[in-house]
Amino acid sequence: MSEEHYLELCENPVQFEHASSVNNVFFDEANKQVFAVRSGGATGVVVKGPEDKSSVAFRMDDKGEVKCIKFSIGNKILAVQRTSKSVDFINFIPDYPHTEFTQECKTKNASVLGFCWINWNEIVFITDQGIEFYQVFPDKRSLKLLKSQSINVNWYQYCPETAVILLSTTVQGNVLQPFAFRNGTMSKMSKFEIELPVVPKPAKLILSERDIAMASIYGQLFVMYLKHHSRTANSPCAEVVLYYLPREGTCKKTHVLRLNTTGKFALNIVDNLVVVHHQSSQTSLIFDIKLNEPDCTVNTHQPVLPARSIHPYRIPLTGPAVVPSQPPVPCQLYSSSWSVFQPDIIISASEGYLWYLQVKLPPTVNLLQDKGKLMDFLLRRRDCKMVILSVCSQILEGGEKGSLPVVATVFDKLNQVYKEYLEAEQSYTVAMESGPSRGSAAQKRPVRTQAVIDQSDMYTHVLSSFTEKKGVSHKFVIAVLMEYIRSLNQFQITVQHYLYELVIKTLVQHNLFYMLHQFLQYHVLSDSKPLACLLLSLESTYPPAHQLSLDMLKRLSTANDEIVEVLLSKQQVLGALRFIRSVGAHDNVSSRKFLDAARQTEDQMLFYTVFRSFQQRNQRLRGNPAFNLGEHCEEHVVHFKQLFGDQALMKASTV
Amino acid sequence: MSLTSILSAEAIENAVKDCQAPDSFCYKKFFKLCGLSSKTPQEVKDVFQILDEDNSGFIEESELKFFLQRFVPGARTLSEAETRTLISAADDDSDGRIGAEGTRHANQTAFGAKEIQTQVPLMLMISPRMASGMQEKQFTASLLNFFVYNPTFGPREGEEEKKILFYHPSEVEKNEKIRNVGLCEAIVQFTRTFCPTKPAKSLHTQKNRQFFFEPENNFWMVMVVRNPMIEKPNKDGKPPTQEYQEEEILDTVYGAVVKECYSMYKLFNGTFGRAVEAGGAELLIQKLEKFFYRYLQTLHLQSCDLLDVFGGISFFPLDKMTYLKIQSFVNRVEESLSLIKYTAFLYNDQLIWSGLEQDDMRILYKYLTTSLFPRHSEPELAGRDSPLRPEVAGNLLHYGRFLTGPTNLKDPEAKFRFPKIFVSTEDGYEELHLIVYKAMSAAACFMISASVELTRDFCEQLDALVGPQLTLLASDICEQFTVNRRISGPEKEPQFKFIYFNHMNLAEKSTIHMRKTASVCLTSVHPDLMKILGDINCDFARVDEDEEIIVKAMTDYWVVGKKSDQRELYVILNQKNANLIEVNEEVKRLCATQFNNIFFLD
Repeated sequence: MSEEHYLELCENPVQFEHASSVNNVFFDEANKQVFAVRSGGATGVVVKGPEDKSSVAFRMDDKGEVKCIKFSIGNKILAVQRTSKSVDFINFIPDYPHTEFTQECKTKNASVLGFCWINWNEIVFITDQGIEFYQVFPDKRSLKLLKSQSINVNWYQYCPETAVILLSTTVQGNVLQPFAFRNGTMSKMSKFEIELPVVPKPAKLILSERDIAMASIYGQLFVMYLKHHSRTANSPCAEVVLYYLPREGTCKKTHVLRLNTTGKFALNIVDNLVVVHHQSSQTSLIFDIKLNEPDCTVNTHQPVLPARSIHPYRIPLTGPAVVPSQPPVPCQLYSSSWSVFQPDIIISASEGYLWYLQVKLPPTVNLLQDKGKLMDFLLRRRDCKMVILSVCSQILEGGEKGSLPVVATVFDKLNQVYKEYLEAEQSYTVAMESGPSRGSAAQKRPVRTQAVIDQSDMYTHVLSSFTEKKGVSHKFVIAVLMEYIRSLNQFQITVQHYLYELVIKTLVQHNLFYMLHQFLQYHVLSDSKPLACLLLSLESTYPPAHQLSLDMLKRLSTANDEIVEVLLSKQQVLGALRFIRSVGAHDNVSSRKFLDAARQTEDQMLFYTVFRSFQQRNQRLRGNPAFNLGEHCEEHVVHFKQLFGDQALMKASTV
Repeated sequence: MSLTSILSAEAIENAVKDCQAPDSFCYKKFFKLCGLSSKTPQEVKDVFQILDEDNSGFIEESELKFFLQRFVPGARTLSEAETRTLISAADDDSDGRIGAEGTRHANQTAFGAKEIQTQVPLMLMISPRMASGMQEKQFTASLLNFFVYNPTFGPREGEEEKKILFYHPSEVEKNEKIRNVGLCEAIVQFTRTFCPTKPAKSLHTQKNRQFFFEPENNFWMVMVVRNPMIEKPNKDGKPPTQEYQEEEILDTVYGAVVKECYSMYKLFNGTFGRAVEAGGAELLIQKLEKFFYRYLQTLHLQSCDLLDVFGGISFFPLDKMTYLKIQSFVNRVEESLSLIKYTAFLYNDQLIWSGLEQDDMRILYKYLTTSLFPRHSEPELAGRDSPLRPEVAGNLLHYGRFLTGPTNLKDPEAKFRFPKIFVSTEDGYEELHLIVYKAMSAAACFMISASVELTRDFCEQLDALVGPQLTLLASDICEQFTVNRRISGPEKEPQFKFIYFNHMNLAEKSTIHMRKTASVCLTSVHPDLMKILGDINCDFARVDEDEEIIVKAMTDYWVVGKKSDQRELYVILNQKNANLIEVNEEVKRLCATQFNNIFFLD
């Protein structure tokens, strides 16, 4: 069963001092830092980031209970909120004064709900009456209000990736107002309303902060709403409703994820998958919003895979007290003390751990029977290459051998992605060659993701071992190779010659020469010099290969020398001579080569003809039938004289 | 052509059986039972032609007596009363003969027009006897005798008859048969003394020519062809002068015809030796009789030419992608119906893919294109312009149908018998069921080991799987083909005609032949020119080296033959005033346009 856990916690969690009466723990989603604040900071603040070395420790004066504490981007300025009216700042830039300074919110009678750093020196205060956007001047120890907006706020959420703040407004809290921040400006995005399952009477705040999450999936910002089941509505199960939040334009409800159960849920986004944790069953579900083709405005999705729990996790005991024989303690998963943060963070404050959630792809292979769907799923994952290749091997070999249509579907899906990459690469090259882009922004070099499985990958990891495998019928091997070539052709990808060689090797091994002949006849195996040479080498076992090879060389039109060599080796001296004349290269060929071959045939008439032909050429080119010294034809001249006498030689004076 | 190529053998059998009892023959019922009533006018005409034994264009009363025997050899003769009824029903002009001549009037009454539904005037056929007395008469080459013998079967005196395994025509008197066979044996033996490995292949006489062929050890096939002849009438009631044109017949052409006879026999029956092994000479005699009785009727010796020498395969030109699709289709079918051992794919009677080895494919191709397909040809269903995806009317989801085996799958009486063929394997022969399945112009041949019994289930499975896919493929190919043709531009009537043949892959291409089937061979050039082509071919066969021959024919045509490596090209140019150099240039140009992607020396 353990192979079925497709979710796991990362091996190296961030450890911090667990929360207690003297130690408060805060998490900053923007920098992914955990703050352990002991006794209001007086006995120390330890900040641990995603990497071990970015850990920071310092002390600050205890000026009351800390409500919120965050570094600006790059740990330049620390902001601490201790009261509901103001936020305190401490410079962490060397050479700047370290004394704290304070900023009160501008709006009278408003209380600060929290704050967010936008970058190293821009901060947003969210109060119950609106938001205020400030620029911090650490050297002057002061802030400047850039912009503010009055609005009643119940609660807020911040997506650091996209720098969007979402405010919950109105009495029920279900009208959400997003703001986007960029380059020192604040822009109001269009607001939208979340459809509530029940409208309470009298009106009261019903949309909870816990049921809303923001995350970017496939590069697009979504607001996820965990819609709990209601007794009155006809859907008996909970759903996750996704609202697509574009930079411009209105927000649209685009996806509905069916959870098929009820209870307490938490959301994560891992590798563009929506992970829904269900506490009571201690399992998680994953959804891929791209798996269903959008055919209506709202897409309904079922879980990609059956529900499974996160892979069991054991807390390794560290420190000097560890006894080697002592086994690691199993960690309680789905504990109620867990806090889940976007996109992929799980924190257990009581135990002092921060994990990143990860998707393990190998177990998915056996859980998803539909190979086409599996490929769609895998191709969108980050570390998919080896898994995809192993799936390919799996459908070709062994007990789980797929049928040809399945193989074809898988190949088509792989090559679709491969082709898209090649096209992007090509248009990039074209853009680069045509000089610095005119007007449009410089094109980025396309990134080659792991999903790009090219011919050499297929060849090395899948096809070459598959063709050599014993016990696979050669019919199937050839069918698979042809299917791959067909798929490449369908996407207009140039097929590499080593694939053709694999086909030829397999056909020759099983004496299927006539099949090979037919493939070549229809140019299924594209022309190339290596292939022509391979064919020449087959001539002894299959004579027609000679003709096929010559045809191929002819079509290449760059292989005239090779053709001459082939013909001369077959003692077809006249044929070679006629060929070289027909392509107009007669003037440049080495006469010695031809005379050698003609003499070898021991056909005197042939020798005479070839000799005279070259004399005529010399006459035409240089006005003299004699051979140049550089042509090294002396012995042939002597031979000619021996055979036919001096008078048979063409004389310069006679013309 | 044989009757069974138009009417099903089963139907004929039924019809004949129905009137087995004396005086029970009723022509209306007979025509209905044997299926003639539902045939097209052309088919009815063909039937008529077969029945008309002496090719007179009329069926005489004397021929009518053997009417039933023309359908089934062992059937009874008709009684006088029966023939008279038949004649009176069909013979409107009371001349005692039934005709299918060119007048609408006569044709409407022949055999009772309603039953036969003949609606167009049939081709005018004039028998030699009908031609005006003063004209020359031409007789084309025709088959005189055809026999198979094995000298070792009756080595002793008095047992000579045992040597003869098959003799056509069978009516020939026994002693004459023995004499003829003995003569052939003697000639072969005699010529062996000159060259033991290569005995005589043919014997030329003034009136006829004999071809000897030893396909298997001690088994000899002999074909005797009457030379073409011109009969010139003489005045004063003297018998006409007969001029035999013995030069018109080419050894290579008819030698190839004999070999093909054997190959065809072998395709359907296996070797002679196999039959002897299985059931002695009797079985072989039976098999030969059964096979050649029909096969010889389909030999049209007068229309044999160079293409018979080549026995080539015409390949359908196709782009790579469509070809790969076909490959993919073949592989998928072979995978899901694992019984299938080999597959061949044809389009428009041209080969695209063969899973069989070359030599087997060559003869199977010959059978398909000259016998099976013409029998089933019908106006091809639309498909070029109309997209025929799902909205095909009714429950017909595809155009697929079986050409061999069951004609209608839904028929509860349908029989699932398929012809069996023999193909070579590494160690001998294997027997296979031949399933030919066609959708529009695309035909797929599936071959399955004969040891497996084919059931209705299997056929239905095949129909369901192959039908829709093949229909789709056929329209794909058609589309691709028209696209390609459009790209290559409108076809202009070229100044030349050519035949191309490649010995390596047996590919042949001819713009001389419109369509070659067993019964009709429409060539667009004069037979004299075809004869020249044949002569050039003989010259080529004599030497191994590449050569080129240019001939100016009596009719001012230029004929050029070229041989390069394993390829042969024959061009006929219609340029009266051209000189040798111009002709040479013209042929070069032709090679550059038609054969630029092969290595063809000029």
